[in-house]
Amino acid sequence: MAVETGQSVVKAADVQSIRGRGHRPGKKPGRLRRTLTTHWYAWAMVAPVVTVIGVIVGYPLVRGLYLSTTNANEANVERHIGVNDIPATYESVGLDNYQAILSDGVFWDRLSWTVVWTVSCVALSFTLGLALATMLNRKLAGRSFYRMALILPWAVPAFVSVFTWRLLFNEKKGLLNKILEGGGIDAIPWLNDPTWAKISVITVNVWLGVPFMLVAMLGGLQSIPGELYEAAEMDGANAWQRFRHITLPGLRTVASTVILISGIWTFNMFPVIFLLTRGGPGDATEILVTYAYRLSFVVSPRDFAGSAAWGVLILALLSIIAVAYRRALRKQGEVW
Amino acid sequence: MVTTVETKGTTPAKKRRPRGREERGPLASVALHVTLLLASAIAVLPPLWLLVTSFKPQSEAFSTDLVKDFTFGNYDHVLNDTEFPNWLLNSLIVVGLTTVIGVFISATTGYAVSRFRFPGMRPLMWLLLITQMFPVAVLIVPLYNLLASLGLLNQPVGLVVTYLTIAVPFCAWMMKGYFDTIPVEIDEAGRVDGLNPFGTFWRLIVPLAKPGLAVTGFYSFITGWAEVAYASAFMTGEENLTLAGGLQTFVNQYTSDWGSLTASAVIVAVPAAVIFGFAQRHLVSGLTAGATKS
Repeated sequence: MAVETGQSVVKAADVQSIRGRGHRPGKKPGRLRRTLTTHWYAWAMVAPVVTVIGVIVGYPLVRGLYLSTTNANEANVERHIGVNDIPATYESVGLDNYQAILSDGVFWDRLSWTVVWTVSCVALSFTLGLALATMLNRKLAGRSFYRMALILPWAVPAFVSVFTWRLLFNEKKGLLNKILEGGGIDAIPWLNDPTWAKISVITVNVWLGVPFMLVAMLGGLQSIPGELYEAAEMDGANAWQRFRHITLPGLRTVASTVILISGIWTFNMFPVIFLLTRGGPGDATEILVTYAYRLSFVVSPRDFAGSAAWGVLILALLSIIAVAYRRALRKQGEVW
Repeated sequence: MVTTVETKGTTPAKKRRPRGREERGPLASVALHVTLLLASAIAVLPPLWLLVTSFKPQSEAFSTDLVKDFTFGNYDHVLNDTEFPNWLLNSLIVVGLTTVIGVFISATTGYAVSRFRFPGMRPLMWLLLITQMFPVAVLIVPLYNLLASLGLLNQPVGLVVTYLTIAVPFCAWMMKGYFDTIPVEIDEAGRVDGLNPFGTFWRLIVPLAKPGLAVTGFYSFITGWAEVAYASAFMTGEENLTLAGGLQTFVNQYTSDWGSLTASAVIVAVPAAVIFGFAQRHLVSGLTAGATKS
C-alpha cells in the first residue's frame, strides 16, 4: 500500500500519536508539501461539505453575530423599493440587545419552558421507545406487523402529522373531544388553554419521536451478543437483573448519542410548535427558537437585531450543553 | 415493563429457575400483546384518521363516522382548483436535488473521516456536530439577506443549499459510522490492486455501503420534504411555495378548509411513506451503525 496516499486507520493511529507529541521524524521535502501530498485525497473528499457549510453557515453566522450588536430592524435595513435603493441606517449598539434580553423576564420564561419541553419530550420518547423495543426484541407473533405500525408516525412527514393532530385536537368538533364526550367527560380546550396546550405539544412531539427511539434502541438491543444473556441465565440472573446488568450497559453508546441528538432536535423543534399552536395561546408554548423566528418574521416591525441576539444566545446554550455532554461521555472512556 | 411481569407469573414446575428470555407465561403474553396493540393503535390512528377524513365531503370533515358519503371531491378540488400541483412540483425539485447532492457529499465526507487521519479532521467532526445544533433562528435572517442579494429567494436552488446544511452534517456522521463497519482490509486490497483512494471509494466501498446510502438518502429526502421554517420564510407568493408552506394556507386563522388540507396531506404523505418503506429495511442497521459508532 502506498504510504503517501492517505493511510489505513491502524497506520494513521501511530502517525497521529507521534505527531501529537510534536516531534516529526525527518523533514526532507518541506512540511507543507508533504502534508499536501499525503492528505489531498482526504481534503478533496471533504471539500464540498466544508465549502457548503462555510458559505451557508459560516457567513450567516458571522453576519448574525454582527447583527446582534446593532439595532437593525425592518425600518432601517437596506431596502429596494421599486428602483430606489435605500441604504442601511442601523448602527452598532454594542451589547445592548443582550443586556435587554437577559434582564427581561420573557427570555427566562421562554428558557424554562424550553427546558421543560426538551427534557420531558426526550425522557418520555426515550422511555417509551426503549420499552417498546424491549417488547419487540423477542420471539413474538405479529412482530413485523407491530414494528411497521409503530414506525408509521415516522413515515409521515412531520408537518402532515401536526396538521392531523390539529384536526384531532379541535376543541368543539375534534375526534378526541368527541371520544371524551362519549365517556361523559367535558371537552378539553387542547390548544386554547396554556396548560393543555403545553401538554398537547409535548404529546405530539413524543408521538413523533418514539419511532426514532424505537428503531435506534431495537438496533442497539440486537447488537448485544446473545451469549451474554445465556451466560447470565446460567448464573441464575432473572429478567430484571439481565435487563439492568446486560441490556442497559450494552445500550449505553447508542442511547447516549441518540439522547444528545434528539435533545438538540427537540430544543430546536420548530414545526411542531409553529404549526400546532403558533406559540399560543399568548406565548404559552413558544420555545426559544419559535420566539426568535417570531421576532424576525411575524411581528411588525421585524426586529432583526433582537432575533439575531436570541439566536446567538440559543446557540451558546446548546454549545455549552453539547460540550458538557461530550466531556461527560469521554470520562466514561468514549472517544472519537 | 413486561420483563418484570414475566417473572411474577409463577410456574410451579420450574420454581427454582428464573424464566429465560424466550419463555413467558400466558398472562405475560396477553399483557405484551395488549400493550403492543394499544401502542400500535395510538401510532396508527392519526394517519388513519387523516386518510378517512380526506374521503369525506368538506362539510362532514369533523363527523366521527368512518365514511358515510365516500367522495374523491377533495382530491379533485386540490389537484384542479388550487396551487397544490405547483407546490408539489416545487417540493419535488427541491427534495430531489437535496437528496442526490446530499447523499453524494455526505458519503465522500463520511468516507474521508472514517478512513483517513488528516489535519483538520477533529475540527471537522466538531463542525458537523455543532452545525446540527444551529437553531433556525440564528441563521435565518442573515441567510435571508444572503439569498436576497444573490436573487435566490423564491428559487428552489436557495432552499436546496439551505437544506444541504441541515441534512449533510447528520448524514456524514451516519455514513462515517457505516463505513467504520466495512473492514479496512477491503480498502487495502483495492489499494494493492492499484486503485487510488477515489477508485477504492467509488468501486469497492460505495457498492458495499448501499444500505447506509439508502438511509442517508431517506433522511435527506425527509429533511427537504418536511422542513417548515426556511420554506415559510424564503418562499412567498402562492405559486412559489413548497408543500410545507402551501398546506398552511388551507388552514390558518382566516380559513379552515380541512377537506383540501387532508386530501393534499394524504398526497404528500404517500410518497414519503413509500420511500420510507424501501429505506426501512436498512434503516435499523444504517442508523444504529451511525449512532453507535459516532
